[in-house]
Amino acid sequence: MCLAIPGKVLSITAQEDATFRFGKISFAGIIKEVNLSMVPEAVVGDYVLVHVGVAISVVDEAEAQITFQYLKEMGEIDELQNEAS
Amino acid sequence: MKHLSEYRDAALVQGYLEEIKRISKKPLTLMEICGGQTHSLVKNGILDMLPATITMVHGPGCPVCVTSLAVIDEAVFLAEQANVILCSFGDMLRVPGSGKSLLEAKALGADVRILYSPLEAVKLARENPEKEVVFFAVGFETTAPANALSVIQAHKLQVENYSILASHVLVPPAMEAILSDTKNKIDAFLAAGHVCTIMGMEEYFPIAEKYKTPIVVTGFEPVDLLQGILMAVRQWEAGEYKVENQYARYVQRQGNKMAMDMIQEVFAVQDKVWRGIGEIPQSGFEVNETYQHYNARLKFNLQLTPVKENEACISGDIMKGLKKPKQCTHFGKACRPEHPLGAPMVSSEGACAAYFHYE
Ligand code: SF4
Repeated sequence: MCLAIPGKVLSITAQEDATFRFGKISFAGIIKEVNLSMVPEAVVGDYVLVHVGVAISVVDEAEAQITFQYLKEMGEIDELQNEAS
Repeated sequence: MKHLSEYRDAALVQGYLEEIKRISKKPLTLMEICGGQTHSLVKNGILDMLPATITMVHGPGCPVCVTSLAVIDEAVFLAEQANVILCSFGDMLRVPGSGKSLLEAKALGADVRILYSPLEAVKLARENPEKEVVFFAVGFETTAPANALSVIQAHKLQVENYSILASHVLVPPAMEAILSDTKNKIDAFLAAGHVCTIMGMEEYFPIAEKYKTPIVVTGFEPVDLLQGILMAVRQWEAGEYKVENQYARYVQRQGNKMAMDMIQEVFAVQDKVWRGIGEIPQSGFEVNETYQHYNARLKFNLQLTPVKENEACISGDIMKGLKKPKQCTHFGKACRPEHPLGAPMVSSEGACAAYFHYE
């Protein structure tokens, strides 16, 4: 139940007031209607984190890169990528 | 954006593991709070890859596991009322109450529906004005805003035949309860990423300081978990106790203000009984006075007598990090997923079920 998964905002479908903001979200191709009232800053094209039908966060793109940079800073990721390729 | 698959990249996982092995010298008992993390650690075989210096123990962060028997009984009681549609997340259905589970009640004719979101329950209430629709609102801080939102929507739409049976629990008071236990062995925590998406990190600073315990807010993918573990090991080896954020792509220090406002609007903090652990002060949410018409306990005047937990089950010790599932003599024998003696064997996010399925 605690699962939260990221999806991409395809469109904003309804915006009546602060608690009635909905959008169509694609989860790797599966499209669902999601409540967007807790992410007022989310626009079409953003990735949002969705939990029980409600988006709770907009993905921070810059931060999403850092997980990988962290390892790079240890000087290991390049080696690993070479090995993997 | 970085894709999900990259957070599961075997080469990256290996890189983190090697760094952990290289720097880990002192024995470290590390607790992941969240059942979703337990599940991911066991399923991906991470526990077996860690060096012998690191012992992972599995915290109380599975709402299915910590919902007390008495509350399950309340839900079953409501489901059995003639005019009630009882709605719940799927994973609550098989949890045994003191008499039966919701699934058994359903088999006997009760109208129990599995929903993905509490907002669907409000819709159901509008479509069935002659029925009372009750949503079984379990969960940690992550789920509270959605449940609060359902009440706010029902209120705005003047839906009067909707209410929630709230069984919300909070992470920081549970961490304090674990750390202040005289038998406590936890040296550091991985805090639950999605809980912090909502609540932010502020409430963890006093805990890290008071108990001199490193806390790393961590995500759920293998790469996230290993990076979180590495950050905890680094602090531990350096003798530090900071609150760090591994999961910054979804967690901001101040949390999600809108979501916290919604929680504030609908809920009040109160003492809560945790299954296996007992009562923890100020550790849960109940519907507040303003919205009391949406509180199923008041609407149906629920006054069920407290019930005793199954004494054979040591889930309390497991959730406090004092024991591991396989130390329970019933594990895999009298207690199995198809016949659970305790809640951690019921839910896929429970530590016992995770060990049973993947080990
Ligand atoms: S194996 Fe079963 S009885 Fe033992 S602690 Fe886990 S849930 Fe309880």
